[in-house]
Amino acid sequence: MRSKRCVKFTPQAGIMLILFIIMAVIILTPFVSIFLASLRPGKELMRQGLGLNLDTSVMSFNNYAYLFSGETAYFTWYKNSLILTAVQTVLTLFVSAFVGYGFAMYDFKLKNLLFTCVLFIMMIPMEIIMLPLFQLTIRIGLIDSIWGVILPFVAGPLPIFFFRQYLSGIPKDFLDAGRVDGCSEYGIFFRIILPLMKPAFAAMGIFVGMNSWNNFLWPMIVLNSKDKLTLPIGLNTLITPYGNNYDVLLAGAVFSVIPVIILFMLFQKYFIAGMAAGGVKG
Amino acid sequence: MKFKKWIKSLPYSQKIAPYVFISPFIIVFLLFFVYPVISTIIMSFQKVVPGQTTFVGLDNFKNLLNSDFKKAVTNNLIYTVTTIAVLIPVPMILAVCLNSKKMLGKNFFRAVLFLPALVSIVVAGFTFRLIFGELPTALLNSILANFGVKPIKWLGGPAQWTTFFALVTLCCWRWTGVNVVYYLSGLQSIPTELYEAAYIDGAGTLQKLRYITIPLLRPVTVYILTISIYGGMAMFLESYMLFNGNRSPGGAGLTIVGYLYRLGWEQANIGYGSAIGLTLLIITLAVNIIMLKYAGLFRKGE
Repeated sequence: MRSKRCVKFTPQAGIMLILFIIMAVIILTPFVSIFLASLRPGKELMRQGLGLNLDTSVMSFNNYAYLFSGETAYFTWYKNSLILTAVQTVLTLFVSAFVGYGFAMYDFKLKNLLFTCVLFIMMIPMEIIMLPLFQLTIRIGLIDSIWGVILPFVAGPLPIFFFRQYLSGIPKDFLDAGRVDGCSEYGIFFRIILPLMKPAFAAMGIFVGMNSWNNFLWPMIVLNSKDKLTLPIGLNTLITPYGNNYDVLLAGAVFSVIPVIILFMLFQKYFIAGMAAGGVKG
Repeated sequence: MKFKKWIKSLPYSQKIAPYVFISPFIIVFLLFFVYPVISTIIMSFQKVVPGQTTFVGLDNFKNLLNSDFKKAVTNNLIYTVTTIAVLIPVPMILAVCLNSKKMLGKNFFRAVLFLPALVSIVVAGFTFRLIFGELPTALLNSILANFGVKPIKWLGGPAQWTTFFALVTLCCWRWTGVNVVYYLSGLQSIPTELYEAAYIDGAGTLQKLRYITIPLLRPVTVYILTISIYGGMAMFLESYMLFNGNRSPGGAGLTIVGYLYRLGWEQANIGYGSAIGLTLLIITLAVNIIMLKYAGLFRKGE
């Protein structure tokens, strides 16, 4: 609710504003400094380290020109990341919505036990089981394929939890109306419920998509062919003590972040809703 | 004909439907979670060499009593406690400010706070590695030089705290905005009548904070505490990126998962790696169960 009264500028407001401006400067400094560095030759970064010097004589968009010249593997990684993110997001959302619907709309034996399992996985760091999970992906032939990256996490506990919460708010009359009209149980889900879930899909889509785009450890373990690397893994291979690849690394790092920031600016509401999803217990 | 009719009626059965809906979860849970956990437990009692495995009892766990593992656990504990000490009060205060009617530019500041969460750990870690560079011209050292501070070797330097400072700064930079969003959504569910009543009773800003805001934000705080413990005890990539790999001078950035990664992948000592994984599993479970019990969240219908 926004009050129409004119808000008075009090000393309290001034203190808060100063506090937030300081915070904003601290938070934005790494962004600004990495962007400035991307405009300078990589060798200079090796020599001087990352600084905020604004010497325009050495600045140019050469690194970006080189990046877009197509001589590097960068855009292969970019393409791989885009494919992985798209496939993983669509599949995870669909499977999780399917499962979340089951938990929200039906009563069945073992429901509470199974739902406890969902909450339980949420509390277990994936790193604990990555060793046997890695052996398993080798054994079932999913190694070095995006399916090995996607399938173990396709029924994501957080999306399931979120969809269940969301669907609990939908009246069950919808289901009965569908049954009366001769819809099967699955027809109800596909024809009646899925279209109602658009806002939930938007929020979770951004959450899952962002995690997928930035995911590093598990894809690094699963994918090893050079032509299958994703952006974070590819960029990581450029970080060497000799700094001979820093031109591509810096421009590439900036260019991997920019699309996400633009998307964030456009769909801020959904980003925040997606992130806040975990925070609200219902 | 009866069979055909039965087949046709299947999609309409409300008894079968829930199990069909849940089945993807059950398959993924059994195959990609239960099975790996069980095989971790089994392998942690074995010595696994390609081609042959031998049962070695508790040997792997006895090996854990070495100084490297102790160092890793200590590092994770210090890191977890420090990040929690920052990532609960600071976001709470920021969220209260952002929720206040007097605050200017709310949406702008909320967006800025959230920006770091969009960056992958690879880019963020690499950037912070450069910010915390040991050269006198590296960002932080060059700023400190204005105050007459001599260049500090932040990462893996002689003093322990500098490494932790870098790790905790990186973590707080990334997660402050996310926790602010959690607190903001918690604040929005507090009824304004409570504040009005407190105002009538003559409560000041601090009293309102102490007796209304903080107690009513408890569920959010418990949630953040839980994910912070989870993230803190499993921290690995922050250190991996800051030190450009899994090696750090004197084990300054060694973590439990880093140790698991070193043994499991770099030395292919899978049995020992599993023992580490199992130990971490038990630690996180115990901490979480204590936390949730204490916070009274194991209610029915959860």
